Amino acid sequence: MKDAIGNVQRILVLGGASEIALATVRRLTEGRADAEVTLAARPGTRRADAASGLRGRGLTVTEIDLDVMDRTSYERAIGATFDVGRDVDVVLIAFGVLGDQERAWQDLDAALEMTQVNYTAAVGCGVLVAERMRAQGHGTVVAFSSVAGELPRRSNFVYGSTKAGMDAFFTGLGDAVAPDGVEVIVVRPGFVRTRMTAGLRPAPLSQTADEVAAVVVEGLRAGRDRVWAPSAMRWVMSGLRHLPRVVLRRLPI
Amino acid sequence: MGSRRALTGWGKTSPSVATVVSAGEDETMSQQVVGATGRGVLARGLGRSYGDAAQNAGGVVLDLTSRDRVLRIDVEDAVVEVEAGASLDRLMRVLLPLGLFVPVTPGTRYVTVGGAIAADIHGKNHHVDGSFGQHVTSIDLLLADGSIRRLTPHEPLFWATVGGMGLTGVILRATLRLTPVESAYCVVDTERCDDLDDLLARMTEGDDGYTYSVAWIDCLARGSSLGRSVLTRGWSARRDQLPSRLQPRATEFRPRQLAVAPPVFPSGLLNRSTVTAFNEVWFRKAPRVRRGEVQGIASFFHPLDGVGEWNRVYGPRGFLQYQFVVPFGAEDTLRRTLELLSASGLASFLAVLKRFGAAGDGHLSFPTPGWTLALDLPLGAADLGGLLDRLDAEVLAAGGRFYLAKDSRLPASAVAQMYPRLDEWRAVRAEADPRGVFTSDLARRLDL
Repeated sequence: MKDAIGNVQRILVLGGASEIALATVRRLTEGRADAEVTLAARPGTRRADAASGLRGRGLTVTEIDLDVMDRTSYERAIGATFDVGRDVDVVLIAFGVLGDQERAWQDLDAALEMTQVNYTAAVGCGVLVAERMRAQGHGTVVAFSSVAGELPRRSNFVYGSTKAGMDAFFTGLGDAVAPDGVEVIVVRPGFVRTRMTAGLRPAPLSQTADEVAAVVVEGLRAGRDRVWAPSAMRWVMSGLRHLPRVVLRRLPI
Repeated sequence: MGSRRALTGWGKTSPSVATVVSAGEDETMSQQVVGATGRGVLARGLGRSYGDAAQNAGGVVLDLTSRDRVLRIDVEDAVVEVEAGASLDRLMRVLLPLGLFVPVTPGTRYVTVGGAIAADIHGKNHHVDGSFGQHVTSIDLLLADGSIRRLTPHEPLFWATVGGMGLTGVILRATLRLTPVESAYCVVDTERCDDLDDLLARMTEGDDGYTYSVAWIDCLARGSSLGRSVLTRGWSARRDQLPSRLQPRATEFRPRQLAVAPPVFPSGLLNRSTVTAFNEVWFRKAPRVRRGEVQGIASFFHPLDGVGEWNRVYGPRGFLQYQFVVPFGAEDTLRRTLELLSASGLASFLAVLKRFGAAGDGHLSFPTPGWTLALDLPLGAADLGGLLDRLDAEVLAAGGRFYLAKDSRLPASAVAQMYPRLDEWRAVRAEADPRGVFTSDLARRLDL
């Protein structure tokens, strides 16, 4: 159960090797080492490293396999986690791919993989987690969207389109499940310097995974339904959305 | 049948949704308990516990407030049998005109008898009269198998239920021993204390001469005035102690609510400046010493009941109450707590200190001999969690414990340390409810 301060007892990370998700887990469990964390991700060194890092902080960590391209895989991962043990207080929906953006709009396989992972699987997991949390009568879903979903840009519009879709789904899901005591928080980070963006030129207002995590945890504790990271990004995006497209195209973003 | 609703405790934190069912007759409730799903059943009264004690996420919550009949009053023997949903407010209105008073009253009259037993509540008279459960002579408990048993203080299940936070079954009815009184008034002595040492000394020396005793502490006072406070103590007033105009209607009890807090209050209204100002006025307006003042029961025991829904003033994020007891000899822990709080600048609007007497027999009953300090703290400050975690460690190290009816944030690991009879309680509960039908958010959070 989540307590009055916002301390939680059990967290499920779908996309358990995500740097932003792991930073969020660390911050969320700071000072309370009695939390349990389930990392659902592809087996391998990244997941193993993530797990041992959290164990080093005193947390109890379970690793389970997750292949988001395979529907039965995420059904099993979510089912197995909710079926046993304590209630799951927080689920982080943190998987996603960025990929080669030029290939993504010209190569059918690349385009479909991106939509499958970032949109289809996210919606699928959202449906399953929402069902479980409604039965619990409490819980919080953290859906990692992106500012790219707010505004299509030439540089990353395929990625942006998938995030726009998942963002809309989780925004609406939040309203749908609120009467059952379930909260959904949609997180819209700007450019984050992680493995995913390695090699890309950092955009203005770029930040670390820890900085995003701080915004997420503060949003969780304050009961917000969406947050931008950094929070100033909200107003930047709002401004950009109102620019004429001819101007927007010329901006170096 | 029943509606799905979000419930919180009085502190308005950590909401969860349950199917809330208004309690019907015994038979109906029995069927509801037997037919419970995996998320279980829990009884709820007036929702005055501060945290998640009266919540059952995803399960059934039986609202007992519809079961509020006074079944039998024996004026001669000073005994009453009531349904568990009856509030102490209702009992006082019925009983005081008969010259009878509840044996224990907390800071609010708006708690039910069932809740008072489940939390084994205490009041200003704990140092002489003990907790609520000590005055209960029988409990009718609806058990997990749907049967109803009349429990008496000779059985372990009785003492697992007193202070058992509703986790042994549904308390349906109880018989209470009452206190005969001559009036609905108290005779009160008020003293201003310069600092913590002054306060503790006065309480240690004088408390036993009074039936009722409590101190309000200015938590923001620092340095040499750390722990400056107003100590109020008194007795139930005899008729001849009342002014002559009150004597003919000495036992009349008709408290009125002065106002209701509106539903919208901004977060952060109770901040360091506003609370400092309030505390200054409160402290200064108290007389240096005043003896023998006659006060009505409502204003002496339940000043906050004058404002309905007063928990709204803490704004949408709500607040928590931090209440612990440390044994006599651990006065340093009190001092450290006040120091840490005043240094952090976290504004506690209400800080109350009381000296507990002997412990009762409830397995999980809170009161043990020592000093109990209760602090209301608004949520929102980023460092509140960390500060309280540090205080927890000091309280536990000093052999202290926390009050489950107030708790909203302890880790599960703390419970066994502070309640040495936890395993005994668990064994009795497991026998009475092997399937774990009765559960709550508090039970889930603390692994009870």
